Amino acid sequence: MSHPDNTQLVEDAKRQLDEIVAREDPLKPKDRLAIPFQEIPSQTPEERIANMDEVALGYTPEQARVESLRCFDCKKAPCVDGCPVRLDIPGFLRAAGEGDFREAIDIIKRNSLLPAVCGRVCPQETQCQLHCTVGKSLKDVNKSVSIGRVERFVADWEAEQAEQDLPEVKPETGRKVAVVGSGPAGVTVAADVRREGHAVTLFEAFHKPGGVLMYGIPEFRMPKRIVQREIDTLRTMGVTVETNFVVGRTRKLSDLIEKDGFDAVFVGTGAGLPKFMRIEGENLVGVFSANEFLTRANLMRAYDRKNADTPISNARKVAVLGGGNVAMDAARTAVRLGAEEVHLVYRRTEVEMPARVEEVGHAKEEGVIFHILENAKRVVGDEQGRVQAMECLKYELGEPDDSGRRRPVAIPDSEFMMPVDTVIVAIGNDSNPLIKQTTPEIETNRWGNIVVNENGKTSMDRVYAGGDIVLGAATVILAMGEGRRAAASINELLASE
Amino acid sequence: MNRILFKKQLAEEIFELKVEAPLIASERKPGQFVMIQLDTDFGERVPLTIADGDPEEGSITLVVQAVGKTTHHIADLETGDVVENIVGPLGTPTHIEKLGTVVCVGGGVGVAPLHPIAKALKEIGNEVIVIIGARSRELIIFEEEMKAIADELIICTDDGSYGMKSLVTGPLEEVCRRDPQPAMAVAIGPPIMMKFCAETTRPFEVPTVVSLNTIMVDGTGMCGGCRVTVGGETRFVCVDGPEFDGHLVDFDNMMQRLGAYKPMEEEAHEQCHLDKEIEELKEK
Repeated sequence: MSHPDNTQLVEDAKRQLDEIVAREDPLKPKDRLAIPFQEIPSQTPEERIANMDEVALGYTPEQARVESLRCFDCKKAPCVDGCPVRLDIPGFLRAAGEGDFREAIDIIKRNSLLPAVCGRVCPQETQCQLHCTVGKSLKDVNKSVSIGRVERFVADWEAEQAEQDLPEVKPETGRKVAVVGSGPAGVTVAADVRREGHAVTLFEAFHKPGGVLMYGIPEFRMPKRIVQREIDTLRTMGVTVETNFVVGRTRKLSDLIEKDGFDAVFVGTGAGLPKFMRIEGENLVGVFSANEFLTRANLMRAYDRKNADTPISNARKVAVLGGGNVAMDAARTAVRLGAEEVHLVYRRTEVEMPARVEEVGHAKEEGVIFHILENAKRVVGDEQGRVQAMECLKYELGEPDDSGRRRPVAIPDSEFMMPVDTVIVAIGNDSNPLIKQTTPEIETNRWGNIVVNENGKTSMDRVYAGGDIVLGAATVILAMGEGRRAAASINELLASE
Repeated sequence: MNRILFKKQLAEEIFELKVEAPLIASERKPGQFVMIQLDTDFGERVPLTIADGDPEEGSITLVVQAVGKTTHHIADLETGDVVENIVGPLGTPTHIEKLGTVVCVGGGVGVAPLHPIAKALKEIGNEVIVIIGARSRELIIFEEEMKAIADELIICTDDGSYGMKSLVTGPLEEVCRRDPQPAMAVAIGPPIMMKFCAETTRPFEVPTVVSLNTIMVDGTGMCGGCRVTVGGETRFVCVDGPEFDGHLVDFDNMMQRLGAYKPMEEEAHEQCHLDKEIEELKEK
């Protein structure tokens, strides 16, 4: 795969924009369709595997404008239906196309609180961009308007401006709200509730706020300064951030209401318990959950071997199990930590992979070896209990299952050995049991997810929940959508009293 | 904020620290632990069992053995210093019940976390026999504290420099042979000691609780680094434990997993000692 030349991309966009601006007649759909799709300047694979910096460098202003001008501004705007928080996508693209980036970011912020995050990690190709009329006309979803990249550009543009546009906070109401968990759902609730003038305390179990954005998603995909910026904004708005605070253990959830005077609580503790395969050898030395591997590398900064106290294994030959974004993150982190071979093992085919297309592409460019229609059968260890190899089975796709995806079926006697010293399991997470264990009065379902009604309210009085602890493992944007809904309910409750 | 209120050296490389942590002090129960991190940016998070707590003073007591870089630096802290991050209390508290006679076995630094459990078992009305073991006399800790609560205190050392010359399994077996048999055994110490305590009580069918201290990153169920095999099932020490049925724990697998970063840990600890020596030489 040839890597586009960044300088060329930037020069092309400048020329293209000049040509468009010089036109006397307005752009017709036919003209818009002819505007070239804007690739995003990126680090080359050779460069980036040797550092932890962000892979995609972001559009230039000219590129953002040219890409935005590809939008038909069609009446139906099917992209909006594809967006979980219903951003006014044609609206912000129109503004960005005219070069009015302030207007563009203001439009986005009406519905989304985390544009710099969502622009980077949303699975646009299965949401807004899947429905894009431009992509449909070109018969290629990969040629849809790059809504996410423009969103990211205007969010980053705003961060660079001298004047920050802080959300308005209404006069203090004297009411107090506790938000448990500082990931995407919690951050959203904290902002929305604070805007109404209620005092907000954001509780985080780790020593740094940000949740999955901080511990899970690697620097090369989600720079930590962006997460920090979102948290700083909350602090400036007057939100109190309490780290090292495990609600349920440091303080019982019910005590927050009964003893500490909180008028409402939002629980957004995420899907925090890694799933394992339940196969032989899974507890050998050298088998890690993706959570552990990524937390060591990201939050604990183990990639900085010189400065960080937290060790990370010297993985040389690595197998990653799974086909989601977390599997890609783990595989690509292993590459950057110096592994000689990284194998990604997935039991279905690439079409079924839940990972973002861009991440799959990046992983391949970085040399990750894909094994589709294969799965681990057992992990084999040496005398010291260290991983020596993984025995795998080959699979084929059978009849569709309940989800409509064709079921992977193991091929009998197809076993083979893959010599590896490290196995990283990235097959998802179960709900964290801490709230359930310590708060028996909260209703959970059989998977341990908190049950909520259509307003995000739990079975406990004044307690709301949202994000992965309710949904099971989902996406940042869905967590944000849930958070907005719960925040609206909390604001309504407090206003009615 | 998490200020060190008091520090005492208990043995070579073993220190007792009383740390200001009011919320943890009021919520903590026997058997629970905290995670400690000294530097928010680059520090490592290590689990330490809570040895004692004083809700009125708002303090918890931790006993630390310097085995790696982080524990070495914790041991270097002085009264008045601040620990950047402490989170807890974590883990499921010990199940405290009146059973009759209970034998509590502590090895090395494990005697510290055993103390609140033995105390709670005594307070609820059990007859408590305590066995303390260490390599030699200098490494026996919490003797006075245990003497204050135990109905019977047995001390043994590997080299015979104090108490009986025996491993803790010797007196433990003797206690198991008594009539009536103890209703329960609690063993906390090095994994190899807990393994052999469980093997000692197994033929007598004395239920045996062990408290595991495995490698953890978060301590809240998120990383799975602490997982152990218990009765053929994978369990997380941080949220399912730290206490398990000693007769079901796969100690061999646990010890292998504990050794995962041993070479790096030893190297880092070695460096700490070298750095200290260099400092001292410079001062001279």
